[in-house]
Amino acid sequence: MSAEPATSARAQHDHEDDGADAHLQHHFQDLNVQADAARLGMWLFLSTEILLFGGLFIAYSLYRQVYPEGFHAASELLSPELGLLDTAILITSSMTMVMAIFMTQKRKKNAAVILLLITIGLGLSFVCVHSYEYWRDITEGALPGKFFHVEELAGKHGAAMFFTLYFCMTGLHTIHVLIGAGILTVLTYFTWKGDYTPRYMSPLENGGLYWHLIDLIWIFLYPLLYLIA
Amino acid sequence: MTNNLINIFGRIAHWILNLPPQATELAKEVDHLHYIVAGTTMVAAFGVLGFMVAFLVRFRRSKVGNVTRRVEVPLPLEIAFVTIPLVIFLSWFQIGFKQYVRLTTPPKDAMDVYVMGKKWMWKFAYPEGPNGLNVLRVPANRPVRLLITSRDVLHAFFVPAFRVKMDAVPGRYSQTWFTATVPGTYPVYCAEYCGTAHSMMLAEVIVMEPEAYDKWIVEASRGRLKEANAGVEPNRLEDLQSDMVTQGRRIAAEQGCFKCHTVTGETHIGPTWLNMYHSTHKMQTGEEILVDEAYMTESMMDPNARQVAGYKLVMPSYFGRLHATETAAIIEYIKSLRTSMEGSKPEGPAYEPVGTK
Amino acid sequence: MSQSVPSNEVEGKKPLNYLTDGTTAMSWLNTRDHKRVGVMFLAAVTFFFLIGGVFALLIRIELLTPGPTIMSPNAYNKLFTLHGIVMIFLFMIPAIPSGLGNFLLPLMIGAKDVAFPRLNLASFYVYLIGAVMAIGGMVAGGLDTGWTFYAPYSTTTTTTVIPVLLGAFVIGFSSIMTGLNFIVTIHTMRSPGMTWGRVPLFVWSMYATSVIQILATPVLGVTLLLIALERAFQMGIFDAAQGGDPVLLQHLFWFYSHPAVYIMVLPSMGVASEVICGLSKKNAFGYKAIAYSSLGIAFVGFFVWGHHMFTSTQSTFAGGIFGVLSMLVGIFTAIKVFSWIGTIYGGSIQFSTPYFYIVGFLYFVIFGGMTGIALATMSLDLHWHDTYFVVAHFHFVMVSATVMAFLAGVHYWFPKIFGKAIHEGWGMLAAGLIILGFNATFIPQFLLGNAGMPRRYYSYPAEFQMLNVASTAGASLLAFGLIIVAAYLGYALVHGEAVDNPWGSRGFEWMTASPPIKANFEVTPVYTTEPHHYVDEPDQEKRHVG
Repeated sequence: MSAEPATSARAQHDHEDDGADAHLQHHFQDLNVQADAARLGMWLFLSTEILLFGGLFIAYSLYRQVYPEGFHAASELLSPELGLLDTAILITSSMTMVMAIFMTQKRKKNAAVILLLITIGLGLSFVCVHSYEYWRDITEGALPGKFFHVEELAGKHGAAMFFTLYFCMTGLHTIHVLIGAGILTVLTYFTWKGDYTPRYMSPLENGGLYWHLIDLIWIFLYPLLYLIA
Repeated sequence: MTNNLINIFGRIAHWILNLPPQATELAKEVDHLHYIVAGTTMVAAFGVLGFMVAFLVRFRRSKVGNVTRRVEVPLPLEIAFVTIPLVIFLSWFQIGFKQYVRLTTPPKDAMDVYVMGKKWMWKFAYPEGPNGLNVLRVPANRPVRLLITSRDVLHAFFVPAFRVKMDAVPGRYSQTWFTATVPGTYPVYCAEYCGTAHSMMLAEVIVMEPEAYDKWIVEASRGRLKEANAGVEPNRLEDLQSDMVTQGRRIAAEQGCFKCHTVTGETHIGPTWLNMYHSTHKMQTGEEILVDEAYMTESMMDPNARQVAGYKLVMPSYFGRLHATETAAIIEYIKSLRTSMEGSKPEGPAYEPVGTK
Repeated sequence: MSQSVPSNEVEGKKPLNYLTDGTTAMSWLNTRDHKRVGVMFLAAVTFFFLIGGVFALLIRIELLTPGPTIMSPNAYNKLFTLHGIVMIFLFMIPAIPSGLGNFLLPLMIGAKDVAFPRLNLASFYVYLIGAVMAIGGMVAGGLDTGWTFYAPYSTTTTTTVIPVLLGAFVIGFSSIMTGLNFIVTIHTMRSPGMTWGRVPLFVWSMYATSVIQILATPVLGVTLLLIALERAFQMGIFDAAQGGDPVLLQHLFWFYSHPAVYIMVLPSMGVASEVICGLSKKNAFGYKAIAYSSLGIAFVGFFVWGHHMFTSTQSTFAGGIFGVLSMLVGIFTAIKVFSWIGTIYGGSIQFSTPYFYIVGFLYFVIFGGMTGIALATMSLDLHWHDTYFVVAHFHFVMVSATVMAFLAGVHYWFPKIFGKAIHEGWGMLAAGLIILGFNATFIPQFLLGNAGMPRRYYSYPAEFQMLNVASTAGASLLAFGLIIVAAYLGYALVHGEAVDNPWGSRGFEWMTASPPIKANFEVTPVYTTEPHHYVDEPDQEKRHVG
């Protein structure tokens, strides 16, 4: 079975203008069904992502109940300002992502490419800011679990657990940002090639959904980790 | 007459089901439910299977025919499918849940024994001081509460003859209880997988006549147990010499408990420990709570779970900071601070014998 | 009903089917055809079933005597862990959904393929990668945590836990991919006329299974990652000494693994519905009841995980809730059982090998299900928890039933998949032996559990020996039966008589040639009736071969 769309399926469809039908896979009736399938698949995938983080959120809420003080004290070691910067970066990137899709719908390919590049750049700058935060935490001794040795939190029980969860949650999130940036890079390439048109742009839309999910998870993480006080 | 019949029926069921001896009253009750459930399910299952076989025979294909009548399930039948099993299942659950509550809720006058699981042995410690390894001696006809914890990985304390089982979890105390009625020796298994010698982590419960037990505990707390068991305990744990009350006082001092809690009755940053055990505390939520082992353990592990009215929340959590045995020792120490009992009794049983209450 | 019955008999020359259309190795390894992916999954799960079965036999041989028999305790602990991991993650979870489901689901709803064929192929390779990691970890030393990975044992044991954990993590992705693909396929790829009320019951059960796969597996993923991180960096999440809580792991683990039980059982219920209808020549008695009860089990299945933890220090109240909800699973199962038996009523029963297996399936579901109800009766569970009673219970209801349904499905659809007939005599004999073998293996284990023998025991008190020997004898019988199956299936694959639809079944998957052509249907089918509509179309008889 070949990966290419069957020619017969292609021939059955009237060509419009933009070659969108070339993207119709042989087993779908038409592009609408294919786009529906892609969208539904994406939403299902996003639900698995939320549940993946769900386990960590459950652990967080459990331990925060057990160690309210420790969590409180440990949270103060983090910089809410840097966290706010992270949040601003991600929200802006979500906005540029939406605009890129809008531009594709308006057939403004170059604008879309530029907006996508900005989105990727913002994503990477988020990773940079976060790496700086990690470096700050690590130099202060705020390592997870057994390696935790922050002088001022010595007596606070649960502070180490806070940082364990902090590293697990933000680490998993940062990995997602990197994956998202990778996906957007591929999408930028195809946008630049002119593959996406108003009739066929579900990869771009789904990439956008993924990016928004990353943003959304951060919006939950930020208050939980930085703003306990 | 009917009683005799029921007895005979019970014995037959007990034999068919291959159940262990019933060494407590609750075990008998649990078994009665077991007979009913097993009997009903078997009858029901065979009944359903019987229908199936009957249909299979009745509707076997006699001629090569592919055309059948279309049959749809009538609504009343469908309702019956749901309600009949539902009623039966829920009534079992109701009985089972009640029994479960009784099996897991110790009576107030139960004597305590601390149980610690450790790869791969069971350690038993009595509030009066003596310790036992892999042998738990208890009096017959007196409720015994076990406060169970683990030193390393998960274990589960399981006495088939009592139909009780409780996990031993590191970092927390779980409890179970029983009133053994038949003197004898019963095996204890570890039911939660714990590694290489999981299946060798065996112990036994020796149910003694109450008088014999009273004699034994007095002698044992004087330290004769050590001699008596000298040959059979290859791996005695350290720091078993002093009794738990003394240990508890030392640990409380080391942990700085006395910075906030007095033992003289004065109010300080935290409530006094004098007469705290079995007193009633009013919580900030307005709820009144009997201070027992469970509440004290909770307060040490999770101080703000239920906060006593009139005090600030300044107590840190000792979750993970206090070893399981240390928690037990502190609790025993607090329990000893009762004016009504004139302080601790280093010798003799610390519980009040059944009947005096 | 417009059927796209293929013109197989047109000339002497046979038209190409999916098996003959492209025969190079690459045409298989790089296929996007759901049928080929399904067949590859079937081959892989059969292989792992064999491995897991050998482990099981070794366990049973070790338990022949109360003391050491053929191996050390550590070897035994690794062996039962591997038996569990291989059987659950590599055989039972993918067997029916990824194997039979992949092959049949698009055929049953009139689709040319699943919605995401590439993802489908990827799910097979991800499965293989996970399997290689897990098996690699076993070869590199093995792990002895039990398949439940309970902390703190799993975070402190010195065996090679991490590769196997990551293997299971990766296999989880394969499961998610399949589930996601199926849901999207069922939603978007149904042919004209395939309304929700006409979707075959097997597809309904696949739908319910997929929902569980999607919603539960990620939680297992993160749990396994946390154990791996805890081992690697001593993070303390499950370590009481660092303020962590080992019981949290049990909650997270069973949040996946209890629904996962229904990933194994629901597909087998779907197979049962199809085989019973197809071989009784009857419409499903209570189609809606069967379909909705699948969804009901999937839904309730998410809220009963705590019944694995009646002795794990959870509160009595929580335990009670979990207990009551567990009873509901029994109700849904009862609805299904009654509906299946109602389907037999008034049928025209062709009692052949697949039917024999389904009778076995019903037997195991009824008795296993009843023991499940008994286990949800909390005071009884206090005695049974973590004993051989539980082992026997889940081997009855989950393993025996799934294996019965898997074998029933393989026999029923063998003509569909390969276009070859199976020898009925050998088939019946083997089915009888296997059903007998399962009983002989696990009934003694129920009694052992009653007597109080805990599970995962390497040695045991001498009074348990007789029943253990009986159980081992049963296991050998079972193995013998399975060897016969392997032999005649292998023979049928090569020398089997060519057939198209030996059962005269009117399940939708039979409305195309056997084996199907690459594109499944020559003309997109249009459905006008429910599946298994046997009212009055005598022309069906013409297609009855053999």
